[in-house]
Amino acid sequence: MIKLFKTVWNWLDDRLGISVLLSPALHIAPQDAKWWYVFGSATLVAFMVQVASGVALAFSYISSSSQAYETLLFITNNAPFGRFLRGLHYYGASAMVLMIGAHMAQTFLFGAYKFPREMTWTTGICLLAFTLGMGFTGQLLRWDSTAAWSVVVAAEQAGRIPIIGDWVARFILGGNTIGGATLSRFFAIHVFVLPGIMFAFIGLHLWLVFRHGISEPPVAGKPVDPATYRAEYEELLKKSGKPFWPDLAWRDVIISTLLIIAITLAAFSVGPPVLDRPPDPSILAADPRPDWYLLWYFALLALIPAKIEGYIMIGFPILIGLLLLFVPIWNHKGERAASRRPWAIAVVCLSVIMIGGLWWEGQQSPWSPNFEAQPLSEKVVAATSGPVLKGGQLFHDKGCLNCHLIQGFGGRRGPDLTYIADTLTRDNMVIRIVNGGTNMPAFGPSLKPGELDALVAFLETRKRSLRPKDQANDTASSSTSAQK
Amino acid sequence: MNTSHAESSSAPTETPEEISRRRFFEKLSIALVGLCTAIVGVPLVGFIVAPFFRKVPREWVTLGKPDDFQIGKTVAVTVTDPSSLPWAGVTAKSGVWLRRVDADNFIAFSANCTHLGCPVRWLEGADLFMCPCHGGVYYSDGNVAAGPPPKPLFRYDVRVTNGEVRMKQAIVPISTTL
Repeated sequence: MIKLFKTVWNWLDDRLGISVLLSPALHIAPQDAKWWYVFGSATLVAFMVQVASGVALAFSYISSSSQAYETLLFITNNAPFGRFLRGLHYYGASAMVLMIGAHMAQTFLFGAYKFPREMTWTTGICLLAFTLGMGFTGQLLRWDSTAAWSVVVAAEQAGRIPIIGDWVARFILGGNTIGGATLSRFFAIHVFVLPGIMFAFIGLHLWLVFRHGISEPPVAGKPVDPATYRAEYEELLKKSGKPFWPDLAWRDVIISTLLIIAITLAAFSVGPPVLDRPPDPSILAADPRPDWYLLWYFALLALIPAKIEGYIMIGFPILIGLLLLFVPIWNHKGERAASRRPWAIAVVCLSVIMIGGLWWEGQQSPWSPNFEAQPLSEKVVAATSGPVLKGGQLFHDKGCLNCHLIQGFGGRRGPDLTYIADTLTRDNMVIRIVNGGTNMPAFGPSLKPGELDALVAFLETRKRSLRPKDQANDTASSSTSAQK
Repeated sequence: MNTSHAESSSAPTETPEEISRRRFFEKLSIALVGLCTAIVGVPLVGFIVAPFFRKVPREWVTLGKPDDFQIGKTVAVTVTDPSSLPWAGVTAKSGVWLRRVDADNFIAFSANCTHLGCPVRWLEGADLFMCPCHGGVYYSDGNVAAGPPPKPLFRYDVRVTNGEVRMKQAIVPISTTL
C-alpha cells in the first residue's frame, strides 16, 4: 500500500512539479529570526481566512442594492453557521489589519526595509493600502443604513480632490446619487478587483522574500553596506542558517493557530457587527461611523481646523503613503538596530499613540450632538415651578442639551454648563445665547419673548454654592450618563 | 536556462538579416499584444466608466400638495428617483428637508451635510439642523451656524405647479471646496 502511494506520489510530483513548487519553503534562513518574525505569516493566514469565509458568504449574498440587506439578514439569522461566518469575516479583517500593522512596525524597527529589501517593503505598503481598501469596501457590502451613508461620505471626501473630484465622487456613487449601481460596483471591487491585485502583490512580496532572503535580526554597530551586505548575508546563512520549514516555520504555525482560534472564538461568542436599519437614504436618523480601523481618520477629520480640512483630507493620506513608500529609498543603508535609530522608535510610538488617541476620540465622538438627550428631571432642574423649571425644559427643547452637559446629562459638543453661573454673569449668558459664540449658534432669532429670561434663570442656578450636593453626586451621574 | 538562452540569442553565427527578422517579429508580437489589449480593454473600461459621463436628465418630482405643509414648518419628505435602476430597491429613495416659508414659497434642502455628506436632522424646537457625524449645525435657512461645514445646505429647485409642490430630482450635492 505504502509502495503504491509512493509510486503515485512520485508520478504526480514528476508531472506537477510539486516538490519544486514547495521548495522555497525549504530555503535557508537566519535562525535568529524568532518570534518577532511571525506577523507576516499571520497576516497571510488572516487573508486566507478572509478568502475562504468571503467565498462562503458569496454563496448566499446577493450584490443587489434592493436585496443585499435581506440576504444579510438571512445569512445572519437563518443560514446554518451564517452568523459565525459573518463574524469570522469581520474578525478576520480586524486580525489582518492588526497583523499587517504589527508586521510593518516590526519591519520598520528592525530596519528590514533597507538594502536589498527596499521593494519588499514597498510591495508591503501597497498591500497595507489594499487591505484598508478591502476593509472599507467590506463595510459597505454590509449594506445597511451606515454602509449606504458611508458611501456618501466617501464620495464627499473624493469630491475634494482638485479637478477630478466631482467625477471620482460620481464614480463612487455610481451616478448622481445612491442607487442600483452603487453596491454592485463595490462588490466587484471587493470581491474581484482588490483580491486579484492582492494575490498578485502577495505573490510578488513572497517572491521578494525568497529572492533577498529573510532579514537577519539587526545587530547594533553592524550597519548595512550595500557593497558588502549580500556576501555577509550569504556567509551568515552558510554558517548558521536553518531551513525555513520546519526549523523556523513552527513559530509561524503556532501564532497562526492562535490567531485562528482567537478569530473563531470572537466569531462564536461576540458575533458579527449588528446590522443597522435598511439602506434607505430617506431614513435621515442615521449616524454613519466607519469600522474601528478607520475610526481614527474619522476623528481626525472632526478635530482638524475647518480651514485646512480639505488639504488634510486629500493631502494627509497621500503624504503618509509617499513617506512610507519612499522610506527605503532615502534610508537604504546604515544602522538597522532600533537602539541606534531612536527616531524609528519615536515614529512607531507616536504613530501608535496618535492612531490610538484618535481612535479613542472617535469612539467618544464628543463633537457629535447627543440626539438621545432626554429632558432634565425635576431633581436636576431643582425646581417644581416658575422660570427655573421652564428654563430647564427649554434647555432641552431648544437643543441646548444636545451639546451641553448638565450634571452629566446631555451632550459633550460644547462646554459643561453644570456650574456655568460660577464663570458667567447674567449679561454674559444673555450675550452668548442671543449672539452665539465660537462654534455655537445664535439663538436670539428663535427665542420667543420670555424664553430667554427663563433659560438664563435656569442657568443662574447652575452654581456650586447653590448646589453643594451635586458635587458629591457628579461622578455617579456622569458615569450613568456615559452608559446611556 | 537563461544563460543558454542569452548565449543563443547572441550567437555569432546569426546574420544581420536574421537579427533584423527577429527584431521584426519581436515588434510585431508586442504590437499584436497591444492591439489585443486595446480590443478587449477599451470596451471593458468604457463599460465601467461610461455611465458616469452620461448626463441623466433631472426630472421634476412631486413632493405633495401645498396644504400638506404648514407655514413655518420644516419636514422630511421622501423622494423616489424616477430614473433609478429597476433593482435599486429602497436605495431609489432619498430624503429632503422641505420648509414652507410662506403661502407660496418653499425651500427644499438637501439632507446631506456639506461637510462630508452625512444626513442632517431637523430639531424643531431648536430651529436648527444638526449633523451627527462631525457636529455641523445649520440655521433654519440652511446657513452654517457652527461646526466644520464649508457651505450652507444645498437647495434644490422647487416650484408649485398645478396644485403640487415639485422639486427637481434630488442628487447628492458634492462639495468640491478644498
